[in-house]
Amino acid sequence: MTQRLKEVDAVVIGMGMVGSIVAKELAAAGLHVVGLERGQARFTVPEFQSPAIHDELRFSVRKALMQDSARETLTFRNQGSQTALPIRRLESFLPGTGLGGSMVHWNGQTYRFQASDFQMATHVRERYGRNFLDPSLAVQDWGVTYDDLEPHYDRFEYLLGTSGKAGNIRGRIQAGGDPHEAPRARDYPTPPQKELFQGALFRKAASNLGYHPFPQPSSNLSRPYTNPEGIKLNACVFCGFCERYACEHYAKSTPQTIILPVLLANPRFELRTGCQVQRINLDSVRKQATGVTYVDAAGREFEQPAALVITSAFALNNVRLLLLSGIGAPYDPETGQGVVGRNYSYQTTSSVAAFFDQDTVINPFMASGASGTVINDFAADNFDHGSLGFIGGAYVGAVNSHGRPIEYQPVPPGTAAWGKSWKQAVVKHYNHTVRLSIHGSSVSRRQNYLDLDPTYRDAWGQPLLRMTFDFPENDLKMSAHITAKAVEIGKAMGAREVAGYARKGPYTVTQYQSTHNTGGAVMGDNPHTSVVNRYLQSWDVPNVFVIGASAFPQNASWNPTGTLGSLTYWTIDALKDKYLKNPGRLVSA
Amino acid sequence: MDKVTRRSFVTTVGAASVVPAVALLSPAAQAAVPANAPTASQPAKSTYLFFNAEEVLFIEAACERLIPADEAGPGAIGAGVCNFLDRQLGGAWGAGERLYRSGPWAAGTPSQGYQLPFTPAELFHTALRAIHRDFEARGSAFHDLPGEAQDAYLKSLESGAHDLDGVPSAVFFEALLKATVEGYFSDPVYGGNRDMAAWRMIGFPGAYADYFEAVDRHGVKFEREPLSLAEDAQHHIHVHPDIPANL
Repeated sequence: MTQRLKEVDAVVIGMGMVGSIVAKELAAAGLHVVGLERGQARFTVPEFQSPAIHDELRFSVRKALMQDSARETLTFRNQGSQTALPIRRLESFLPGTGLGGSMVHWNGQTYRFQASDFQMATHVRERYGRNFLDPSLAVQDWGVTYDDLEPHYDRFEYLLGTSGKAGNIRGRIQAGGDPHEAPRARDYPTPPQKELFQGALFRKAASNLGYHPFPQPSSNLSRPYTNPEGIKLNACVFCGFCERYACEHYAKSTPQTIILPVLLANPRFELRTGCQVQRINLDSVRKQATGVTYVDAAGREFEQPAALVITSAFALNNVRLLLLSGIGAPYDPETGQGVVGRNYSYQTTSSVAAFFDQDTVINPFMASGASGTVINDFAADNFDHGSLGFIGGAYVGAVNSHGRPIEYQPVPPGTAAWGKSWKQAVVKHYNHTVRLSIHGSSVSRRQNYLDLDPTYRDAWGQPLLRMTFDFPENDLKMSAHITAKAVEIGKAMGAREVAGYARKGPYTVTQYQSTHNTGGAVMGDNPHTSVVNRYLQSWDVPNVFVIGASAFPQNASWNPTGTLGSLTYWTIDALKDKYLKNPGRLVSA
Repeated sequence: MDKVTRRSFVTTVGAASVVPAVALLSPAAQAAVPANAPTASQPAKSTYLFFNAEEVLFIEAACERLIPADEAGPGAIGAGVCNFLDRQLGGAWGAGERLYRSGPWAAGTPSQGYQLPFTPAELFHTALRAIHRDFEARGSAFHDLPGEAQDAYLKSLESGAHDLDGVPSAVFFEALLKATVEGYFSDPVYGGNRDMAAWRMIGFPGAYADYFEAVDRHGVKFEREPLSLAEDAQHHIHVHPDIPANL
């Protein structure tokens, strides 16, 4: 028996970073907003307190803050000809659950994408010619430009208090920053974090090789900061328990530390946790959403009518919710028809290990989630791809964020996996190794997509999302090329031995790689190749907005959070300035 | 005052950033906090609740080959790894916490990951019973073999040569090795890493959490006793003057 509740102005599905920001703005604009969160409420006090929060087994290995794959997971296959099977334990990517979402356990890397990323198809065609792009790829433009988003990047960085050094302020290159970055209106709100030893070694070597190192923009703050919402954050103390953990110091920018205190104080907002949304309900002609149906923590089903539905779940869950609700035509890779699920992309990561002599003491456990020194010389289209046979790139850097020993036992290639020699190698190398990270782009490909699984179901009886994905040849070439460059930097750092681990196929779900799952509900200016318009409004059901990295038509060289934050504020402006004044389509199809 | 309410607590504390958590508790609850809470230096007894006596003989011998004692630090037995395994397998992890357990079941490709119906507890019991039978048929026992022969047998498991009553031996070996490393390096509150010896061996300071002053003293070895989760006697809570604690 479904209980029908009183209609509200807006319902927000998923109370992570996006949901918290959108709900705050809509409630402040006078709307009565209900926020539905599938996980539990959780706060810095008491849930995130030390020393209990510094428990590697519980949080890193057993994944206490993550989506519970016993109840809700995905199925996976590399190719459409295979049978997808459930990912019985999530390992390769780790969506969070609970109030604050994945941003509670993020690293804090807060990058912008470059201007060419937003017009990738056009840019590649103009620079390299019409026939350069592999025809199996599905690269396309976003429908927005960097200039559209710049003020929103700025607003998001100032909300977070991001620590960094500008490289380009209104076209003027700034010493010590990233000279490749697109112009920004002003510097970061706080200066860079202290440089780690690994970062210093990397910076000197990269400079000597003619590259342009800069401090990684970090939302683990370098010093106390009061954000425009009036909330004060503290300086990060480099505890080394950041990603996969929550911060007890109010030093990592998360919904709990940047926005939720303001939102939760607004009586026009109501938070409901433990609520698993089953579907967005549509009217009889399927042109308007009438609200959502959800099941609460005690198993009771409710219908929550609403005039406006914002889905701000994790990217994969946004896509699944559209498919479960029948909003937009599902993508068919055979015919190329349909849009929901197309352009699923990821992040092509690889690494280099540089092994030093015993007199170089690294102390890998002293780190914040995002303290690091990086170069963008091989990111995006900052280098000539003409003779290389691939597009895209990666940032390279010393961005090690911890020395937690269950996860971190660096040993040279050829070392036994166990026994006396393994143990001796761990003792010898633990404090004398630097890891370099190669964080690469992911192009969309016609055969990589998301749909509903025909066989496996979640604990509520709904079909699981099915992921069909393998690394495009383009990205494996990119990884090989740039990993080799990173090996050269490792040697220039003075390491005795350097090992490169370029990404190899097939994609496997057993090894952590990245939680940067993008696409599936992509934005664009053509309803035949996108699910939402440039304001993240559904082409099919205009009172549904789908905000998430699900909107990225392909993924760029950097961590997606900065770009997702800017898209969030971009969409909020469209909602407040256009949609709420005249509800309806913001772009004619 | 029987109880520190959120409001009075925040008002009283003002801008102070750290207070003892015990102060947040009622007097009755404060009295319940033991004066001598167990510490990492009090080793867990080798009482096994999950493994039977036969299984213990194999597990102790095998784990000690995976991480042997040497001059640098204890082996798996000395570090309490087998007790860690026993507790983990007897608890939620062993019962399949966070494991999607619905069929249908198919072998799949290596890239699709674990696809067996066994929980970790079922996997260990099943594999260990098959190994025991294997040695009974040979008229020997794993724990009686010399070290090199034990290593050779473990390598044969690792390479996947045996079918252990439906558990591919490589799957069992991988689970055993992974759990052994977890027990060796996890916080001592879980029964392994006894006396934080594995952390001392590599120089990891454990749950200690503030390197703000040390982080830019590049290349200087950090010399400090490691800290276990059980050892933070103060139970500090970091309060925020503006954000109410949700107690």
